[in-house]
Formats: sequence, C-alpha cells, structure tokens
Amino acid sequence: MAETNNHRKLRFHILRYNPAQPGDEPRIQTYELEEAPGMTLFIALTELREKLDPSLQFDFVCRAGICGSCGMMINGRPSLACRTVTKDLEADISLAPLPVFELIGDLSVNTGKWMRGMSETLETWVHMPETQRDLKRIEEAMDPALAEEIYELDRCIECGCCVSSCGTARMREDFVGAVGLNKIARFRLDPRDKRTDADFYELVGDDNGVFGCMSLLACHDVCPKNLPLQTQIAFLRRKMVTTGIS
Amino acid sequence: MESSQNVIAGVGLADRPRKSRWPARMDLAQSLTGLVLGLFMWGHMFFVSSILLGKDAMWSITKLFEGYFFFDKAYPGMVSVIVGGIFLFVIVHAFLAMRKFPANYTQYRTFIGHRRLMAHEDTTLWWVQAITGFLLFFIAAAHLYQMLMHPGDIGPYESADRVWSGRWWPLYLVALFAVELHGGIGLYRLCVKWGWFEGKDANASRKRLKVLKWALTVFFVVLGLATLAAYMKIGYEHRDRVGERYTPAWVVPNPMEKAK
Ligand code: SF4
Ligand code: SF4
Ligand code: FES
Repeated sequence: MAETNNHRKLRFHILRYNPAQPGDEPRIQTYELEEAPGMTLFIALTELREKLDPSLQFDFVCRAGICGSCGMMINGRPSLACRTVTKDLEADISLAPLPVFELIGDLSVNTGKWMRGMSETLETWVHMPETQRDLKRIEEAMDPALAEEIYELDRCIECGCCVSSCGTARMREDFVGAVGLNKIARFRLDPRDKRTDADFYELVGDDNGVFGCMSLLACHDVCPKNLPLQTQIAFLRRKMVTTGIS
Repeated sequence: MESSQNVIAGVGLADRPRKSRWPARMDLAQSLTGLVLGLFMWGHMFFVSSILLGKDAMWSITKLFEGYFFFDKAYPGMVSVIVGGIFLFVIVHAFLAMRKFPANYTQYRTFIGHRRLMAHEDTTLWWVQAITGFLLFFIAAAHLYQMLMHPGDIGPYESADRVWSGRWWPLYLVALFAVELHGGIGLYRLCVKWGWFEGKDANASRKRLKVLKWALTVFFVVLGLATLAAYMKIGYEHRDRVGERYTPAWVVPNPMEKAK
C-alpha cells in the first residue's frame, strides 16, 4: 500500500443537478476529503455522502467492476468509479455524469433505458427458428474455442463508457455505439443464432450502425473491460460492406 | 430475404423494407477515394520535390507526364486528364466525408466540448482531419482549377513564376500543412477502420501505425517546405523574366513543337 500519500486532502468537484427538482440549476460543488489508503472513488463517494452531503446521488451495485452501474466522467473521461483508485489521480478530481444517457440526478444516469432501446433496435438476442426452440432438449455442445471467443465479447457490462466517449454517439443520438456493434459481432459468432449477414445488414448497415462509426477509437481506449472493440468494429465493417455491395 | 423468413423467430425481419445498400457503397467509396488521394498526394510531393534535384530533373518529370518521351511532343492536355480525374475524386470524397461533419451548431458545440474534455488523441486527430478537409475544399479547388486550365504551365520556371510572381505561395504553404495532416491522419484512420496491419495485438500495432504516421507527416512537411522554398527562390530570381519557359540546354528542338 502506498503509505506516502494517505494524508492528501482530496478535492472533489462534482456536477450537481437534479432534473426532477423544479428550479434546480446545474452547478459544480466542491467537497474536501482526506484520502485513505487504497481508497477508490466508491469509498470516497460513500464517505462524502455519509459525512458531508446526504443529498448526493450516484450509483453502485457490485463495487467490483462487474455490474457497470458506476460509470461516470472522471476528470473528463468515462470510467468505472469503483475501479478507480484515488492514488492514481491528482488531488483535484472532477466528477460528472455520463453524457448521452438520461440524467437521473447528480452522477446517476439511466443507462438501462438507452441499453434497452439499443437492444430492441439491434435485436440482441439469439434468433433461432421456432422448431429448434425445444427447451427440454439438451443444448448442443459448443466448440470450446468458439465459446471462448463469444465469451470474450460477452464480457461487456453495458456500463456505457464507450457510448459516452464516442464523438459520433454524442453528436447523433440514434448511433448504436460500440456496445451495440460489439453485440452484433457477438451474436454473429454464435452458431445458435441463425441470422445471416444480410439480416445483420438490416440492423447495422447504415449511419446509425457500423457506417456511422468514424473510428475515433475512444470506445476502445476507455472500455473498462478491455474489449477488442477496434477489431470487432473493423471486422463488422468489412462484413457489412461485402454484404452491402454484393 | 427468403432465408430470414423462416429463420427469424419473433420479430419478422422479412416484413420490413430492405435497408438501402448505399451506406455500404458510400462508406467504401469514401475510403477508396481517400486512399487513392492520400497515396496520390505522396507521389505528387515526390514529383514536385524533384526541383530539389535541379531544374532539369523537374523538367524531365513534367515532360514525362506530358508524354514527351513517348510521342516526341509534349501534350499538356494529358496532365489535364489526370487533374480532371483527381478533381472528380476530390469532389466525391469531400461529398461523402461531409456526412460525418457536425451538421448543425448544437452538434458542433457538443463535439468541441467533447473533444476538449476527453483530450483523447484519436478524437482530436479526427477534428484536425475535419478542419483540414474543410480547408482543402477551397484550396484544392483553386489549385486544381489552375492546373486543369493551364496544364502547360508546369515546369521549373513556369511553376516558380506562379509561386512567386503569381503569389500562389501563401496558398501552397497552407495547402502543404493541410494536405499532409489530412492525408496522414486519413491513411492512418483507414488502417484502423478496416483493420489493416492489425496483427495479433491491435493496441501495439496501432501504436506503431501512429508513430509511422507522424514520421511520414514530418517527413513530407519538411520535404514540402524545402520544395516550396526552392520554387520561391527560383521564382524570385526569375521575377524579371516571368513567362519565359524553361528548356534544358540539351533539348533540341523545343518540345512544344513537333520533333523533326
Ligand atoms: S463495450 Fe466496454 S465500455 Fe462499452 S458498455 Fe461494454 S464494457 Fe462498457
Ligand atoms: S470507434 Fe469511435 S466512432 Fe466508432 S464507436 Fe468507437 S468511439 Fe464511436
Ligand atoms: S459498481 Fe458495479 S461496476 Fe462499479
């Protein structure tokens, strides 16, 4: 443990705004807190709320980078608060809610609403013919290497960091974002999903889909799960162009 | 869509109108025109910079493009054909790329703020690409129109006169930076966009591509500055004899006339 800087005074500059409260204006509020060893932003925010301001809103569930609910703008970049250790940051820390998503209040946003909309547009579930959907039958075994590949893309926790980091998503609200494109790539791999590339083209073959992506790669760089977004989007682009022009 | 008819359970994709194929075509066309233009710009820079090897070298390259060494007579019109083709590519490329620009003030503000806040290199690079691309709308149009209409005015004296006495150098100076930044970033982005040269480790190869990109940009900017300086110097020295054509001493007869 870094014992050296555990007495730093941290200054949190937090964007406060409650859209549900009539007349409330967005403002930056500053809180001071003494840094503790091994302190994460989750610990800091909880302490802030307990000791200084019970009205502060933010989301956490798992505290372990699994549920994706604690995504926020940390010093201007989207990241998971529960996985951010204060000792990696300067003493002045600015926190803001993730853009693009509906604001609930302060640092809390409704990523679920956006994700659901995206899932419905892209139909992010396994599509198989009705005749094959026999719930009593044991599922066919999947090749372990393929299962591994799918799992790699399935690690997405829908935290929304990629969407908030994406210049395209910020400018165009119907853009499905890297999370959506990654999901298409994931179901494309899945042998149980009988959709063809022509079907996927119907879902992502336009400027709201893969052709809207400008390859800014912020999504790839901020994804807290290190998903291979760059590779997957490029792959999908090649497939969709081939499908589109043939 | 016959396959999806029975395959898609639940939501019937087959019932929906089919998505246009144009986004795919446009995406590909934007990349292809960009690739051709980017590579052309590098070639162009090498041809233009032949002045650094001397007036005769530059003259020979010019005449090569005018077909002199094949037909014993220079046909500047051949240059116009190439210029016309490039012009067309520029127009198509600009038209397609424009779709990605911020479309209104709100989007513009959003992107500016986003860029500043994120301080993310590739996002910033895109912004540089968009701005230089916008500049090139005008610069390239002016330059290409000149070349299209006066293809015979390319040569050690002819070009130098244009640069200096014709006062084109400020435009070329801006064009140099705009083109090299725009083209360099564009070619880099093509690689990551389509997954070229990705290899096993995408992050490592991207880092390498970026180093290469910057190295090439610096190289071409330096080469371009040296070249522009050379034309300015020749143009300055030649300022009292503007309009005089350069023909190397060893060339008889004059290539603008039919060889005997
Ligand atoms: S792709 Fe990464 S950044 Fe995007 S939602 Fe999934 S885990 Fe979060
Ligand atoms: S590569 Fe860029 S434009 Fe495409 S999804 Fe990622 S951040 Fe958005
Ligand atoms: S609290 Fe679950 S990812 Fe941070």
